Amino acid sequence: MPTSPYEFLDLVVIGAGPGGLAGAVTAADLGKRCVLLDGGHSTGGQYYRHPAPGLGAARPDRLHHGWSVYTGLAERLAEHERAGRVEFRGGHHVWALERTDEGFTVHATRGPDAGDRVAVRARAVLLATGAYERQLPFPGWTLPGVVTAGGAQAMLKSGLVLPGQRIVVAGSGPLLLAAASSLVTAGARVPAVVEATGYLAYARRPHVVAAVPAKLVEGAGHGTALLRHRVRPRLRSAVVEAHGTDRVTGVTVARLDADWRPKPGTERRIDCDAIAVGHGLLPQIDLATELGADTLAGPDGAVALAVDAGMRTSVPGLWSAGETNGVGGADLAIAEGELAAHDLAGAEPKRSLRRRRARLRAFADLMAAAHRPGPGWTGWLRPDTDVCRCEEVPVAKVREAVEELGAGDPRTVKLLTRAGMGWCQGRMCGPAVACLSAGSGSAASESGAGVGAAGPDRRPFGCPVPLSQLAAGEPDA
Amino acid sequence: MRRRTPAGLVGAEPGPAHHIVFDGRAVPALSGQSIAAALWADGVLAWRTTRFGGRPRGVFCGIGACFDCLATVDGRANQRTCLVPAEPGTVVTTQEGHGRADLAV
Ligand SMILES: Cc1cc2nc3c(=O)[nH]c(=O)nc-3n(C[C@H](O)[C@H](O)[C@H](O)COP(=O)(O)OP(=O)(O)OC[C@H]3O[C@@H](n4cnc5c(N)ncnc54)[C@H](O)[C@@H]3O)c2cc1C
Ligand code: FES
Repeated sequence: MPTSPYEFLDLVVIGAGPGGLAGAVTAADLGKRCVLLDGGHSTGGQYYRHPAPGLGAARPDRLHHGWSVYTGLAERLAEHERAGRVEFRGGHHVWALERTDEGFTVHATRGPDAGDRVAVRARAVLLATGAYERQLPFPGWTLPGVVTAGGAQAMLKSGLVLPGQRIVVAGSGPLLLAAASSLVTAGARVPAVVEATGYLAYARRPHVVAAVPAKLVEGAGHGTALLRHRVRPRLRSAVVEAHGTDRVTGVTVARLDADWRPKPGTERRIDCDAIAVGHGLLPQIDLATELGADTLAGPDGAVALAVDAGMRTSVPGLWSAGETNGVGGADLAIAEGELAAHDLAGAEPKRSLRRRRARLRAFADLMAAAHRPGPGWTGWLRPDTDVCRCEEVPVAKVREAVEELGAGDPRTVKLLTRAGMGWCQGRMCGPAVACLSAGSGSAASESGAGVGAAGPDRRPFGCPVPLSQLAAGEPDA
Repeated sequence: MRRRTPAGLVGAEPGPAHHIVFDGRAVPALSGQSIAAALWADGVLAWRTTRFGGRPRGVFCGIGACFDCLATVDGRANQRTCLVPAEPGTVVTTQEGHGRADLAV
């Protein structure tokens, strides 16, 4: 679909993961003309990330549960593209949304040069930018070979590579089982899956779990793969240190109490050459919070966009689908994308769609509550552990800012220590800095509320923008 | 039993490998791989040293969010290698600190 300079679209969808993809094709089914933007070069997002065509993968489905759902969406997209109703534009990183009289201008960058700046105008925007992983620092977490659980998944699914041969998977949340199961299936050894919580919280709400059979099948699939390779989760435990000088050579694992405080005397060493670690996911919502969209904290303390039953945010003309509304997996993202498309097109969705979304959201909330980080995790930190990877700010500096210089909130800590001021804009250290800023013994730290819930992070740019493009006038696309 | 590999799992039949140049050495890369993926496949996990501690770093998040995987690519500093595709002949250099030492006056 050629877009002339002054063309005005019905809809821009940001993010081509399950949520955005479902939203774009459903909106097109309902007669809307839209552009689907993604920073990546292909559709699929995190869940359906797949090898580039050049790798000639005959069986990409072997790395995915529900691959046919993705191919179905991709076929519908291709059909709409041929008919000129939707255009997918990969390699477009959106860095700001601007409200205008008629709707929105979406600002994106395609690369480092001044001419790589793009602006797309539309009446409505569907935000489906997904999530990124919540990280909690531990001694040695900056060593090469320590990667995020989702990152290990992403590198495997897109590049068919592994960070090592003996990979410890650690942290908390359902992504750990997914990652461990792909890693062993792809040939790595996984000497341990170390999970900070027990799975008891799931057992306490059996009706919520039973209402989503697909989730059980998927969970059972991971479980079977892990059993076949003799991988058994170590529950209520954490990696409290990674060893090595220039790369990881092993980890120390310790048992945790109910508050995630390591129990002295329970340490055990495990040899490995890589670690895949993550503590759940945090919604990526900066583009909406910069416009003042309302947010709320989920059961895991993570801040998400507040939406109504039609996936409408508090900003007129802005809808949101998938993990921007709280983490919940690909099926939920698809249901929300479809609901958002109906709402913005003024069409009535099927009752069954609303019910499916409600069931999946209830399950997501249960998962989130089960894996909410406990306040005791700071017990495995040491004074020299880097909290901020970018600016290399150790725990001692952050504690000094709080205890001696009186910084009482993450913003002040950031100004005093530079933690969170680096390239990643606090995405990696934000939760940890929030916890440490709350001070030991304060209400916020005791409730674990600091872990992602210290209010939405403010980032004026959704991704780094070359200065030459900010200086250049606004182009039309 | 033949060892399982990621490529074997998905039945990948990539074309012949091309090469990128990493710190003056040829490293094989498959069509469609990122620079970071090609380096991992070659057993390389670090290609940057930090500005203050001089510590080695490579991929952490794998999706463009953490900026740990920066390297100098074809003379341009601070490129996220987990996002940049490995093209035949791409020149990748370990980045020290800001990656702009050569520009310092
Ligand atoms: C690294 C990672 C790996 C994961 N792996 C798995 C897994 O293996 N199994 C599993 O069950 N779940 C996995 N998840 C969870 C996953 O988030 C959901 O299951 C599902 O993909 C959510 O769908 P979504 O549409 O909400 O978002 P996503 O699938 O995350 O899609 C969001 C899309 O938006 C794009 N985007 C974000 N910001 C911008 C921007 N500013 N400009 C342009 N484009 C943008 C991204 O490139 C992405 O393609 C993973 C999550 C992460 C972060
Ligand atoms: S590994 Fe995080 S940006 Fe590349």
